[in-house]
Amino acid sequence: MTPSSSTTADGALPVPGDHHDEHHHDHPSYLVDGTTVRSWLLTVDHKRIGLMYLVWILLFFLVGGIFAMAIRLEMLTPGPTIMDAMTYNRTFTLHGIIMIFLFMIPAIPAVFGNFVLPLMLGAKDVAFPKLNLASLYIYLAGAFLALWGMINGGLDTGWTFYAPYSTHTTTTVAPVLFGAFIIGFSSIATGLNFIVTVHTMRAPGITWFKMPLFVWAIYATSCIQVLATPVIGLLLVIVTGERIFGFGLFDPARGGDPVLFQHLFWFYSHPAVYIMVLPAFGVMSEIVATYSRKNVFGYRAVAYSSLGIAFVGFFVWGHHMFVSGQSTFDAGMFGVLTMLVGVFTAIKVFNWVGTVYKGAVDFKTPFAYFCGFLFFTVFGGMTGIAVAAVSLDVHWHDTYFVVAHFHFIMVGATIMAFLAAIHYWFPKMFGRTYHEGWGLVSAALIILGFNATFIPQFLLGNYGMPRRYFEYPERYQALNVASTAGASLLAFGFVIIAIYLTYALFYGKVSGQNPWRSKGYEWLSASPPPTHNFVGPQPTYPEEPHLYVDPKKAEVPDAA
Amino acid sequence: MQPSAHTAGTAPVPRLAAHFASLEVQNHAARLGMWLFLSTEVLLFAGVFVLYAVNRYLFPQAYVEASKLLDLTLGTVNTVVLITSSLTAALAVHYAKEGQNRKVAIMFALTLLMAVGFLVIKAFEYQHKFHEGLLPGHHYFGSVQLAGMPNYFAVYFLATGLHAFHVCVGMGVLTWLMIRAIRTPNLGPNNYTAVELGSMYWHLVDLVWIFLYPLLYLV
Repeated sequence: MTPSSSTTADGALPVPGDHHDEHHHDHPSYLVDGTTVRSWLLTVDHKRIGLMYLVWILLFFLVGGIFAMAIRLEMLTPGPTIMDAMTYNRTFTLHGIIMIFLFMIPAIPAVFGNFVLPLMLGAKDVAFPKLNLASLYIYLAGAFLALWGMINGGLDTGWTFYAPYSTHTTTTVAPVLFGAFIIGFSSIATGLNFIVTVHTMRAPGITWFKMPLFVWAIYATSCIQVLATPVIGLLLVIVTGERIFGFGLFDPARGGDPVLFQHLFWFYSHPAVYIMVLPAFGVMSEIVATYSRKNVFGYRAVAYSSLGIAFVGFFVWGHHMFVSGQSTFDAGMFGVLTMLVGVFTAIKVFNWVGTVYKGAVDFKTPFAYFCGFLFFTVFGGMTGIAVAAVSLDVHWHDTYFVVAHFHFIMVGATIMAFLAAIHYWFPKMFGRTYHEGWGLVSAALIILGFNATFIPQFLLGNYGMPRRYFEYPERYQALNVASTAGASLLAFGFVIIAIYLTYALFYGKVSGQNPWRSKGYEWLSASPPPTHNFVGPQPTYPEEPHLYVDPKKAEVPDAA
Repeated sequence: MQPSAHTAGTAPVPRLAAHFASLEVQNHAARLGMWLFLSTEVLLFAGVFVLYAVNRYLFPQAYVEASKLLDLTLGTVNTVVLITSSLTAALAVHYAKEGQNRKVAIMFALTLLMAVGFLVIKAFEYQHKFHEGLLPGHHYFGSVQLAGMPNYFAVYFLATGLHAFHVCVGMGVLTWLMIRAIRTPNLGPNNYTAVELGSMYWHLVDLVWIFLYPLLYLV
């Protein structure tokens, strides 16, 4: 710490910039309210914490993306292309671990949940601000431990750490496992904080059924985080114990049961899929209302279906083990229960489409992502129903079909929502707008690139190409080349976004409080908001969220 | 609870954080947060119980034989010690509500004493197991050679070790509360949430043991 920053904290000798702000604007925005490094690193402001999460999560997304490109380059030719087989095993493992534990699970809840959830509830902060800050540092501690393990050897188990291989491989398993274990605490802390915030911090007038749908989605997500994460925590402890003490609990050679590992693993890791995708659904419920200028069709149905997915999500884990020696009866049960998730998701999809119907659609970048999202959710969801059918899954299990399926529903939907959220809330976070033309161009590139990457993989899987294989027969090459080309397009789209958003951060047009004329509660405060979110008395909330009276006439969005 | 946050006549009031509407809401939030945290602990140990159930189903004979090798007397004494420590922890909350800070500190001191007693007895049990070779996995060299014995002791050490770790964490929390009750004796009818939450955690640690004891010792 510099001497000047420590005196600022004591309030004795503020730096000149701060002093100036204090006097001329009573309530400076959260971005300039304290400009020292210390005021950022030790902040308890949910908005600053959300922003710091954003920086780190984007960094890890970049690392995971580089691994993804490495995988696609390796798959360009049937034989070895740019790396050897062992490096390839490590590459896809690290791609999975980084993208799942470091990017997708915290992406929307920790960044946008942190930033807008208290604003949406009319609260000054989350219930436990210090715990919120702690969750960031716990996340970073776990992330860096995992990265350290990856740099010092890396592991080749796949992100699923299946025993008994993970208890026997000589690669660096323990630090990465322990890193994931630590990140679990961060996830629990965030979820717990949001649940308590929703229960206790709602402003007067915001009843349960006047909460914005994003809040409902985050609430459902938080319930999963709190209830499922401890189980994988225990499992990671046991696997570490296996490696150190040789428990043999999952080792069939010593009477252990490897399928038990899979049960415990998927009891967390399947609900974890909904930790990734439910917040995406929440973001899209906000965006579809704002850009269709219409109240969400079937508000309660959308809210309840979030809870429904969270609940049913706990009873479907067995569909990962159709070929692991599970009984036929169990497999059938898990298959049927899995299809219930499809029912709840379909309820949402129909309601979103019903919202757009007869709305006054304002086709901005977030809405473009909504369109992509709808496609990925429907297509990914339908293939999900297909793989939930036991007879079909026996053919598709562990092929590229499954890889393409979960990239569509889990990654496609989440990435669409993450990008839509960045664009939608960019003015809220920074008070500036991005360049709409480039936004639409890159959205088109990303949606096309994503399809071009994964549609060939559906076909590859259906032709029988197994996932995680280093080499493949000649006849699969054309589709693999197509997939790699698609991935390059995708990467190009992300580069464009990075450039114009960075530009907008510094030179973007100043946006004003509510550039989208959204009716969302979070836009009731200034953009960017002051440190305690609201100046003066708390706003009152007489209307439902997303209440647009007459989409066509009364509130035509400005043409600019 | 009395909503007398502003009158503050006899009992001092804890600090109200700026982002909460009232002290009542703040306490509600803290309590809800603690319950949620306890639910994560329950799920953590639920995993242990699943592990136990599956393995006992796989090795019914070994689980009976192995459990006979545990010291039932020490296990029972430990159970009594831990349940009694929960009583003193509950009494600490009672005295905190009445504002008797000295008694709160004494009750926590008694709880901590019993916690140490529990850990010492547990350590003797562990030491005995080490000598007999009743160890997890391939370290096992006990006299009874039966498929599933190493498996039982893997579960045994995992479950009791995880529990002992929670005892240590709980002791840390209670020590902090005890020192607080001595240094700033301002507990009272409006200011006992921290004591209550610490005590709740201790009850959970106790409750887990109440499940572990019959599962491991009384097969």
